Amino acid sequence: MLPFDFDYYKPTSLKEAVDLYQYLDQHGKQPMFFSGGTELITLGRIDLAYTEAVIDIKGISECNVMQISADHLLLGSTLSLTKIEEANLFPLLTKTASEVADHTARGKITLGGNICAQIFYREAVLPFLLADSQVLIVGPDGKKMVPIHELFLEKLQLKKGEFLIQLATETRFISAPFYSFKRRQQWETGYPLITVAALKIGQEVRVAISGLCPFPFRSKELEASLNKRDLPVSSRIDEGLSKLPKPILDDVEGSANYRLFVLRNLLSDMLTALDRI
Amino acid sequence: MKSHTITLSINGENRSVMVRSADTLLYVLRGKLGLTGAKPGCLNGDCGACTVNVEGWPMKSCLMLAVEADGKKVITIEGLENTPIQKAFVENFAFQCGYCTPGFIMNCHSLILKHPDADDHRIKEWLESNICRCTGYAEIESALKSVLRKK
Ligand SMILES: Cc1cc2nc3c(=O)[nH]c(=O)nc-3n(C[C@H](O)[C@H](O)[C@H](O)COP(=O)(O)OP(=O)(O)OC[C@H]3O[C@@H](n4cnc5c(N)ncnc54)[C@H](O)[C@@H]3O)c2cc1C
Ligand code: FES
Ligand code: FES
Repeated sequence: MLPFDFDYYKPTSLKEAVDLYQYLDQHGKQPMFFSGGTELITLGRIDLAYTEAVIDIKGISECNVMQISADHLLLGSTLSLTKIEEANLFPLLTKTASEVADHTARGKITLGGNICAQIFYREAVLPFLLADSQVLIVGPDGKKMVPIHELFLEKLQLKKGEFLIQLATETRFISAPFYSFKRRQQWETGYPLITVAALKIGQEVRVAISGLCPFPFRSKELEASLNKRDLPVSSRIDEGLSKLPKPILDDVEGSANYRLFVLRNLLSDMLTALDRI
Repeated sequence: MKSHTITLSINGENRSVMVRSADTLLYVLRGKLGLTGAKPGCLNGDCGACTVNVEGWPMKSCLMLAVEADGKKVITIEGLENTPIQKAFVENFAFQCGYCTPGFIMNCHSLILKHPDADDHRIKEWLESNICRCTGYAEIESALKSVLRKK
């Protein structure tokens, strides 16, 4: 139960959702899009989130799409992580998503909610960063398809009233060799100490990381170093580690130095696994 | 609309109930429908004590608004009668204080229906959603496996 009241709306079309947001915003209701809703429910309970109007987008058919259409995989933002795992259309995503929260919670947590989350791990975005996916968004200016690298800078840079409809990924990326590993401080569920996801395209590896910085990222500089295949693995990693974005998280889950130690080992395991292929 | 009249199909019976938008399904089940089998634990999606079954899948009822469940099929521990998993919990001593038991049983019940041939990896993945403070994990796992193996 949340300690404050709000109105609940469940639009069935994109236009209705966009119009509702604008209307409610103009009336000072601090509207919030609601997908799995777990963030409002858990953070609202402890006064870390607030709204007077919830717009539940799960009733919009475009947001529930899960299909391969021509040479693209389309995944709707309101699909639960469990649904995506059960269908297993993008094995790297299946593996990465299956480490988020726990199995039952993943029946409620959605793809779009995880990617747009305030809680900064946003692990489900990693496969899409690696696969150069496109994101389909809608807002007061209509629908737009944008490369994820233009819109996802630490988080999805949406303007007020815009929301994520779908992610489109070329099928050649969904079947590429991959590596995905989540290292936690302890136990087998919970937030990551470090999560590394990697795809191998041709002879090049691509790497995206959550839990190292207060945002998930893919770094071309890190990749360039890791792909210097004429150097020994340890030198490739040493060079890559000098090019990481900042700041490195330093908190109760793990000190910055410990995180870098764990990352070094994960990168080494990843290169060993993918160099062989 | 800060309050709504919703209809839930609970344990095979249609129940209409007036809820606030801000009420969780757990709160409505316990406080408004008198179904106190689903237990409040962390209220944060971590412990699984509140697990029920929504449209056949396990659901942490503290993570769902009651309005989201409008028109959906909900099964709570009160809706199970003499199911194999309940018997298996008794036979395998799979509870001590019993607080986590309804949640574990509802989770196990969904797994048995959805994946009757679940392998060890899947069993572990599903069971990790619930916490038993009395640490009866080995017995709970044996209870679940005894039902899955019989199938
Ligand atoms: C028990 C538990 C364990 C967790 N463990 C992990 C973990 O291990 N790793 C991890 O990465 N995260 C984890 N999380 C965090 C969780 O994934 C995020 O909080 C995520 O927001 C939940 O998804 P949701 O669908 O419920 O989002 P919601 O609560 O619906 O939305 C989250 C935010 O995104 C916005 N939003 C939702 N959908 C859209 C959209 N389509 N377009 C634009 N904005 C949108 C909402 O307005 C809100 O601000 C955990 C959460 C819980 C409850
Ligand atoms: S009370 Fe719902 S998961 Fe703990
Ligand atoms: S039996 Fe006591 S919490 Fe599980």
